[in-house]
Amino acid sequence: MDHRIVNPTLMPLTVNGLSLIRNQRQLLSDISFTLNNEQVSVVLGANGAGKTLLLKLCHGLIQPSKGEISWGEKDPKQIAEKQAMVFQRPVLLKRSAADNINYVLKLKGFDKRQRQQKMQQCLELTGLTHLKNRPARVLSGGEQQRLALARAWAIQPEVLFLDEITANLDPSATALVEQLIELFAASGVKIIMTTHDLNQAKRLADEVLFLHQGRLLEHNSAKPFFEAAEQPAAKAFVRGELLW
Amino acid sequence: MQNFQAAFANALQMLRAGDPLLMESVVLSLQVSLTAVLLAGLVGFLVGAVLAMTRFPGRQFISVLLNALMGLPPVVVGLAVYMLLSRSGPLGAWGLLFSPEAMIIAQWVLITPLIAALSKQVFEELYAEYSELLKSLGANKRVVLATLMWEGRLSLTVVLLAGFGRAISEVGAVLIVGGNIVHHTRVMTTAIALETAKGNLSIALALGIILIFLACLVNALISVSNLYLNRFSG
Repeated sequence: MDHRIVNPTLMPLTVNGLSLIRNQRQLLSDISFTLNNEQVSVVLGANGAGKTLLLKLCHGLIQPSKGEISWGEKDPKQIAEKQAMVFQRPVLLKRSAADNINYVLKLKGFDKRQRQQKMQQCLELTGLTHLKNRPARVLSGGEQQRLALARAWAIQPEVLFLDEITANLDPSATALVEQLIELFAASGVKIIMTTHDLNQAKRLADEVLFLHQGRLLEHNSAKPFFEAAEQPAAKAFVRGELLW
Repeated sequence: MQNFQAAFANALQMLRAGDPLLMESVVLSLQVSLTAVLLAGLVGFLVGAVLAMTRFPGRQFISVLLNALMGLPPVVVGLAVYMLLSRSGPLGAWGLLFSPEAMIIAQWVLITPLIAALSKQVFEELYAEYSELLKSLGANKRVVLATLMWEGRLSLTVVLLAGFGRAISEVGAVLIVGGNIVHHTRVMTTAIALETAKGNLSIALALGIILIFLACLVNALISVSNLYLNRFSG
């Protein structure tokens, strides 16, 4: 893997008093936290807790009703350039797997020779080389999600947002995707991901942000969180009880 | 029935011989309608895309209006364009009345709302699917439009074919603004109307056969692209 992240400038991510109100419903209330370069931050919580919205807000896809989001980097263009996101349902273009990667490389202004080289690397890394000429949208769910990861990887982000990317995958496909996440984290990419899967959080998290009904109840390193969560809702979640 | 058979045989004879008068109107029909479709595509796609991708006051009103205009009666469009282009009309100075250009304008007016309204639906679906990804990648408006058009290429082709089908088969508008002048503005549909009135059923029938063939061809193309679309959209 050639692109180890050197001198990352994007982190820390500071979120202050973030609220989101849509159609008179309070979806996120007064969320504040700071994320450092600790490699994998997992936003954990049940469906409807507001995890996806929080990720989209941090990535700049939607605007908050109140509150601020700031990065270590101050140049807005750089901030946007240095992050990527992979969605729960992989959004792939109606072209071949290779052309999906090529598309973002072109968008980011790489020349033809660089594109060719990077595309090969990304396909190899995600184990998709043999599928490169297939139409992306006929690949299996796991392959599609790996392609989405390859595409995000192609633009060399410092921060990668992953929104429930294994929610629709079976265990073996999930395992392959998790390997990639670990690989990316090991190469220095800051991973900010959501999941409702407790075991996945245990496998991947360096730190946990526990979200419940639009509020951030706990923000702690993984070990103390899983061993001794403080809030009742978080405790119940860690015990595997169903939360409403 | 005797008449019909004779006319039919005669029509086939003329088709085989490539009767020059017949071919002239076929070629003009295609020229006028294809040009109108291309021009309507330029404007219609842009309007459709803007309506699908932006939010502004009056947007809903324009959408409803476009839907209503999809069913414009061709004769009324012909009348309106006639009044615009006639000597005393606001665009009279252009001197376009009773010319192929006037027919293109009339058909353009007829099918632009259709293409805009249908392509708006195509763009809306695509935008719902891709807007977050494109925003995440930092794509500007031009890139977004180009990407959506490429992703929707097959559906948008179907939209153009629908516009072409409406243009090539209408008679009212081109008759009024073109005037059905032989060697100049006589197209298939107006020729059929005229020749039938004169009792030259074989010419009318020959043209009718070509027109039906073209209409079937357009429909076949729509079906084939739909098949293709379903196969590759995953």
